[in-house]
Amino acid sequence: MLLVSTGVKAQDKDLLDLVDTDKPKKEVVKNAFKSIRVINGHSMEFLSPGTMDFRILHRFGQMNIPNTFGGFDQASMRIGLDFGVTRYLQFGFGRSTFKKEYDGYIKLAPVRQSTGHHAFPATIALVGGITLNSLPYADLTIHNYFSSRLAYYGQMIIGRKFSEGITLQVTPTIVHNNIVPLASQPNDIYAVGFGGRLKMSKRTAFTWDYFYVINGLQKDANNVPLNYNPLSIGVDIETGGHVFQLHVSNSAGMNERAFITETTGNWEKFDVRFGFNLSRIFQISHKK
Amino acid sequence: MKLSILLVAALSIVSVSNAQKFFTKTGKISFDATAPKSPENIDGVNKNSICVIDTKTGDIQFSVLMKGFEFERALMMEHFNENYVESDKFNKTTFKGTITNNESINYSKDGVYPAKVKGKLDMHGQSKDLETEGKIIVKAGKVEVSANFIAQFDDFKIVIPQLVADKVAKFAKIVVDCTLDPLAK
Repeated sequence: MLLVSTGVKAQDKDLLDLVDTDKPKKEVVKNAFKSIRVINGHSMEFLSPGTMDFRILHRFGQMNIPNTFGGFDQASMRIGLDFGVTRYLQFGFGRSTFKKEYDGYIKLAPVRQSTGHHAFPATIALVGGITLNSLPYADLTIHNYFSSRLAYYGQMIIGRKFSEGITLQVTPTIVHNNIVPLASQPNDIYAVGFGGRLKMSKRTAFTWDYFYVINGLQKDANNVPLNYNPLSIGVDIETGGHVFQLHVSNSAGMNERAFITETTGNWEKFDVRFGFNLSRIFQISHKK
Repeated sequence: MKLSILLVAALSIVSVSNAQKFFTKTGKISFDATAPKSPENIDGVNKNSICVIDTKTGDIQFSVLMKGFEFERALMMEHFNENYVESDKFNKTTFKGTITNNESINYSKDGVYPAKVKGKLDMHGQSKDLETEGKIIVKAGKVEVSANFIAQFDDFKIVIPQLVADKVAKFAKIVVDCTLDPLAK
C-alpha cells in the first residue's frame, strides 16, 4: 500500500508533463534594437503591426565652432512617421529641413531571426527609398526636370541579435542620384554600413553606426576630401513611453542620400555634432 | 492477498470509467497591474494557460508561457517581456500546489465547491509560497477552476522603476479562469 501511494506521488509531481508536450513554436527574435534606426541607418528591427512611430530628429551645429555653445545655436531637423504593417513589412516618410527634402521608404523582411521550429539565425531585410529635394531650382535659365529632384536608395540589412546584450548588422547600400553637380561625380554611390548595439541595462544601450562609402566621396581641386564616411556613436534610453537616441556624429543628414553622400564633418578634426532622435510609438489599430 | 489484488483491479476499472485527471491547454489567466491614477490600463491576458488537476490527490498545477500574454498595445507587450518579466530568461511561470479541502469536492456531481489551494508560485526565477481561495465548478463532466490572488512584484524581483510608478502598480491582481476536460489516459 505504501509502495502504491509513493508511486502515485511521484507521478503527480509531473502532472504538467502529461499535457505540456508541445514543441516550441517558431518565434521571431525581437528587440534586437530599441528603435527602427540604429542611429542614422535603418536597423534590423521592425515596428509591431498596427503601430506608428512618430520620430523627431535633431542635429545641432558642429561642436568645434567657437561661440555656438557647442553647436547648439544651429539645428537641423527631420520629422517623420513610420508604420508597422505586418511583422515583415514597414514603411515610413519624413521631411528634413536640409534641402527641404522629403523621403519615403518601404522595408520588408523575407526572413527574420527566429527561434523554435524552423529557426533562422539572422534577419535579412530589404529597404527601398526615395528622396525629393524641394528647394527652388538652382538654375532657372535651363529647362529643369522634376526627376532631377529625386534620388533613390536600396539597401539590404543582414543583422543578428547574438545575445540579449549584443546585436550587429551589415547593410550594403546603393544610392542613386538622378542628377549630380559635376560630370565627374558618379550617379551611383555604393556603401556598406555597419551598426551595432551593446546593452548596458534593461533600458539603456550603447550604439554605433558607420557607413563606408566605396566610391563618390567628393574631393576638392587640391585633393582634400569634402565628404567623409559618416560615423555616429550614441546611447539609447528607453523611458517607457519614449526612446531617446542621443549621439554625436560627423553627419548632419537624416536620410540615406544625405548622410551617405553628403557628410561634411571630419572626425579627426572633431567636426562632430550632438544630435538626438526622439521616438514615440502609438498603437493605431487594435486587434480584437 | 487474492482479495487485495481483486480490489486493486476493481479500483482501477472505476478510475478508468471516472476520469481522475482533468486538464486544459486553453485556460485563461489575466493580470491587472494598473496603478491607481494611471491614465492607461496595464493589463494582459493569456488564453493558452495549461492547467492540470488530479482529483484523487487534489494536486493542481498551472503553467503559463510569459510570451503568450496579449496586451491592448504592442509596445506594452514588448516592455512586459523585455523589461519586467524577462521572458527570454524566464519563459514560464508555474504554480504547483494542492487543494487542501479536496475531500469535500465531489468531482462526479455537478455543483459549485469552494476550494482552498496551497502551493508554490514560480515566476521570474523566484519561488514563493501562495495560499488562496477559489471555486471549483463541476458541470457536465467538466471542471472549472476560478480564483484570484495578488502577486507582489517585490517577491519575484520584478522591478518597477520610479519613472513608471504612476502607471504600473507594485503588485498584480491575477485572475484564473480555466475549464478543464477529462484527461484520457
